[in-house]
Amino acid sequence: MMKPTRPVGLVGYGVYVPRYRIAAKEIARIWTDGQGGVPVDSKSVPGPDEDTITMSIEAARSALARAELSADQLGAVWVGSESHPYSVKPSGTVVAEALGATPWVSAGDWEFACKAGSEAFTAGMAMVGSGMANYVLAIGADTAQSRPGDALEYTASAGAAALLVGPAEESLATIEATVSFVTDTPDFFRRAERPYPTHGNRFTGEPAYFRTIQSAARRLLDDLGRAPSDFTYAVFHQPNAKFPQAVAKRLGFSDAQIAPGLLSPQIGNTYSGAALSGLCAILDVAQPGDTIFMTSYGSGAGSDAYSLTVTDAILERRARAPLTEAYLKRKVFVDYAVYAKWRGKLVMG
Amino acid sequence: MEIARHWRGRAARYRLEGQRSRSTGEVRFPPQPPALGETDETWEAFALSGRGEIYSFSVIRQAPDGYEGFAPYPVALVRLAEGPLVTAQLTDCAEDDLAVGTPVEMVTRKLVDTGEDGVLVYGYKFRPTL
Repeated sequence: MMKPTRPVGLVGYGVYVPRYRIAAKEIARIWTDGQGGVPVDSKSVPGPDEDTITMSIEAARSALARAELSADQLGAVWVGSESHPYSVKPSGTVVAEALGATPWVSAGDWEFACKAGSEAFTAGMAMVGSGMANYVLAIGADTAQSRPGDALEYTASAGAAALLVGPAEESLATIEATVSFVTDTPDFFRRAERPYPTHGNRFTGEPAYFRTIQSAARRLLDDLGRAPSDFTYAVFHQPNAKFPQAVAKRLGFSDAQIAPGLLSPQIGNTYSGAALSGLCAILDVAQPGDTIFMTSYGSGAGSDAYSLTVTDAILERRARAPLTEAYLKRKVFVDYAVYAKWRGKLVMG
Repeated sequence: MEIARHWRGRAARYRLEGQRSRSTGEVRFPPQPPALGETDETWEAFALSGRGEIYSFSVIRQAPDGYEGFAPYPVALVRLAEGPLVTAQLTDCAEDDLAVGTPVEMVTRKLVDTGEDGVLVYGYKFRPTL
């Protein structure tokens, strides 16, 4: 396992979910005449003026507000995503500018399918843990693409989460350790210039999602000498409603442990934002002394596992910014036609 | 030319940075160059809170070039908590949600896409307070 020399933690966090939803049954109505099951109830849909940059900005502002930290104190602003609005021009520069963190800051983008955000988070732990910076903003955000009619279209959604890493003594949750498990597993990919990704059908489950998450999670538990029952809460990457519940069960975590962080049935798979948003939703309800186990997953493939312990600071900080529940409650459903228009799925001729 | 214009306005556009008079404390938005008799020191950069309320509003149905995809969309005069009156698009709301006096907050959103070989322009909009 990996531990920084200097103890680190989360000094702030923020989440963002767009206002709009499409029901999975509405997607099924178009493509399967409503026949068959659907992997989630609904997914979030970005409004026409939203993208990875705008969602990152809002999540990051909430993280800074919770920490009551001025943006010019940030050592880095890193955005993990597979849907950066530009191919060349970092999302991190726009986000850093909007926060007021420029110009004396490191900024840039990370890419690792759905674990780009946790990749930035681990790097942030290292940056603060080494003493190179006091505060690093690690953001996971996506407006995920999916081919019309593809299985992914039911789940590929939009959202963001920002984790503000800082010294452990200032934290609302300390981070004990992390492990990273990575292999070359081509379960899901998108070639350059292609609008939609390709996935390996049944190959995406067992050899990719399950093997990778289980390997990272078991290694961290073993290295820490802990059992799943030692944790108050757990959160896993959420590509649909079933996978995170299945992997939790296999590892020995209960339904009650994962319930507060299980957002995918309502908002789908927010990709780089998924595991991180689940962590934020847990922090919204956690009490001092609670322990949280998080494992991300990104196709390609890899997982990062983390062990966190909530501190007293959570009590005064969480109300300084909107809770995840506020974003979940403001939902407005759109039909497939509006969704297709907003997501650029119409050929205008 | 277009890119330079967007770039110059980024502090005001992205984070609603205005100016405050060092002598009187008056807050103004958008930022302006010093007037005759003033120096660079007369006004200092000042970050507005982004909170305000709708002073008046209308709904755009015949959108200008580049904005068609957003129509219909509301625009409003927003009275900011610090005093200035600013014109901006409203977002994340329907016409029925709006009334004079509705509390709103600033969000940074995509204003316009200038085309496949152009920049994405980001800036402030307002939404009913979450």
